[in-house]
Amino acid sequence: MGADPMTPLLERKLVFVTGKGGTGKTTVASALALLAASRGKKVLICEIDGKGELAGYYEAPPTGFKEREVQPGLFAMTMNTEAALREYLKLQLRIPIVGRIGPVAKAFDFLATAAPGVREILTVGKLCFEVRDNGWDMVVVDAPASGHIIGQLAAPQAVNGLVKVGLIRTQTDWMLEMLSDPAITGLVAVCTPEEMPVTETIELAVRVREETTVQLAGVIVNRVLPELFGRQEEAVFDALAAPGALAELDALVDGDAAPVLEAARLAVTMRRTRSTHLERLREGIDPEVPLLYLPFLFARSHGLRATRQVAASLGEELGY
Amino acid sequence: MASRAPKDKAKVTPVPAPTMDSLLATKEIVVACGPGGVGKTTTAAASALMAAVNHGSKVLVLTVDPAKRLATALGLDGIGNTEHRVPDSAFEAAGVKPRGELWAAMLDTKESWDSLIAHHAPDEQTRDEILANPLYQNISGRFIQSHDYIAMERLYEIHSTAEYDLIVVDTPPTRNALDFLDAPERLADFFSSRLLRWLIVPYRSKLVNVATKPFYQISDRILGTEFMSDISEFFILFQTMYDGFVERSQAVGRLLSDRRTTFVVVSTLEATPLREAEFFAEQLTERKLHLGAIVLNKVLPDYLQGRAGAKVAEAMKDRAEDLAAELAPTLGTGALGDPAQIARVLTEVAESYLNFQVVALREMEERATLAVAPDVLATVPFFDTDIYDLSGLLRLGEQIWG
Repeated sequence: MGADPMTPLLERKLVFVTGKGGTGKTTVASALALLAASRGKKVLICEIDGKGELAGYYEAPPTGFKEREVQPGLFAMTMNTEAALREYLKLQLRIPIVGRIGPVAKAFDFLATAAPGVREILTVGKLCFEVRDNGWDMVVVDAPASGHIIGQLAAPQAVNGLVKVGLIRTQTDWMLEMLSDPAITGLVAVCTPEEMPVTETIELAVRVREETTVQLAGVIVNRVLPELFGRQEEAVFDALAAPGALAELDALVDGDAAPVLEAARLAVTMRRTRSTHLERLREGIDPEVPLLYLPFLFARSHGLRATRQVAASLGEELGY
Repeated sequence: MASRAPKDKAKVTPVPAPTMDSLLATKEIVVACGPGGVGKTTTAAASALMAAVNHGSKVLVLTVDPAKRLATALGLDGIGNTEHRVPDSAFEAAGVKPRGELWAAMLDTKESWDSLIAHHAPDEQTRDEILANPLYQNISGRFIQSHDYIAMERLYEIHSTAEYDLIVVDTPPTRNALDFLDAPERLADFFSSRLLRWLIVPYRSKLVNVATKPFYQISDRILGTEFMSDISEFFILFQTMYDGFVERSQAVGRLLSDRRTTFVVVSTLEATPLREAEFFAEQLTERKLHLGAIVLNKVLPDYLQGRAGAKVAEAMKDRAEDLAAELAPTLGTGALGDPAQIARVLTEVAESYLNFQVVALREMEERATLAVAPDVLATVPFFDTDIYDLSGLLRLGEQIWG
């Protein structure tokens, strides 16, 4: 890192998106990929924990190991380590496995349990392979949650430490090179302005620096509540909520205005509680790492429309 | 594992509808589970606290990764694996006098694995060799699947000491909410696998037959002979402990399906976590595990839902300037009585209400279409501040108590 300026997010070729559960990791990953594609890039987005949710963000049919175009220039796939192994054996080692998938799958499953890191290395390997050989401008990874991402990103080093020779060893060398290059690879941490997500993000930043060779390319703070009003306006609000004024307002609108004011009070308190966590985040993260803010989405539902909205906000934050 | 003798056999009063109160009074183990980021840890801690306060029982909350301030409130700072009694002073500060005792412990994966090895190892030398083996260190520390098993194992161990009337366990964040349920069986499968038996034949002298040949060819080429030997060596060391492990993991699996154990699924009313929670609840039922309750957390307040509220908000927005002119004299002179400013505030407030109503209505719809019917369905309102001490936990606990 040092004095070199950070490579802008959209100029990196391999971007892992992680975050604590419930922070909107998949939303941000899908929006980031959509933004890149809408700017003319050929993009692959890969879902690692195959829960099959990603397709819903583009309102596309379920995705599989073989990528499929879900939006113009945007292709989506779901990681499957077994399929990745088969592909690897076939393309790299020229060991064709036709038929007889059962026993191989079983042996693989066993090996992956016995030898730590095998599953992780196949995942990272497949992604690096896509970046190197398949002509994508950008590969966005809807990566495991922040509790699991370190094991994933550090797998090549871990395996390098355990495996001294063999094909895996030669493979991990070039993977490591790609992962360690901040002009190519970056990690994005998604966070919400709440206590645990902020704490976890700060801890993650430290672990990424100490235990992996990947650069933290940005922290995206999701669901930031709008600021309702400034100090002056808040004084007006308090005066409005006083019994006399409230009664007058009730009469003027011919209804009960108390819930409306109560909701504003809730929104203000929520934002205030959250802003202390935001300050903590700003202090806890290396100042070089850009913090991007996405507004809370008061939307009816998920789906392509919401993904587009998030992509637009992200574009604004990135200065496009 | 003392079981309680049934009392009042002859009495036939109608059974009242179950509540969290009755659930926690009758079970010995409560497993709080659900998607990430929904408040599992807080819910587990609040449930344990309520049981300690109201039932006069000795309750342990076994948590995985509590927020710093919550850990401090429970006296868990730097405590790690040891069980620790929450001091009376903490209760006094919250203004309650508990009838029972609240204990708390955190789960330290590495430490738990080490003690498990120490427990199963036939002798000190084997124990030390395993603990020092690089493969073991990788399995126990780095790779996440090990959390899933060890949390359940730890639960089993504590339960079998019969120290507590109730243990509330918070589950680790898993890739998949089901991982920890499958972990004991997976581990048992793993150790009784035929492949493992091939692997532990010292690597060089292996009998290669038609069935195993492709496996060795592939693994040799990928991982290298040396690493394969390392793996063999590790499992040869481990061999002495297989039976113990298999037996133990089966016992852990049995404990989870025991009638004394119940599961509480925690979720918010956002679409994605809720789908995951529903799926999880269905799986519990399918596995004949007891779904005791669903706790819906962080639910927006009811006052956001009314059509009447929306009408008022719309009026405030549309007629902001007129209303401001009317209200200005009441609000005072100077800046407070500035009609332009009042109009801005009215508009902001009204728009904010309408925005939150969109979310609140979506939540209501999600709740109405919930696809599972647990014994207890509890709703916890959105708290506008963080929960980080016993008073906060009590506030939450009272909402679910029923």
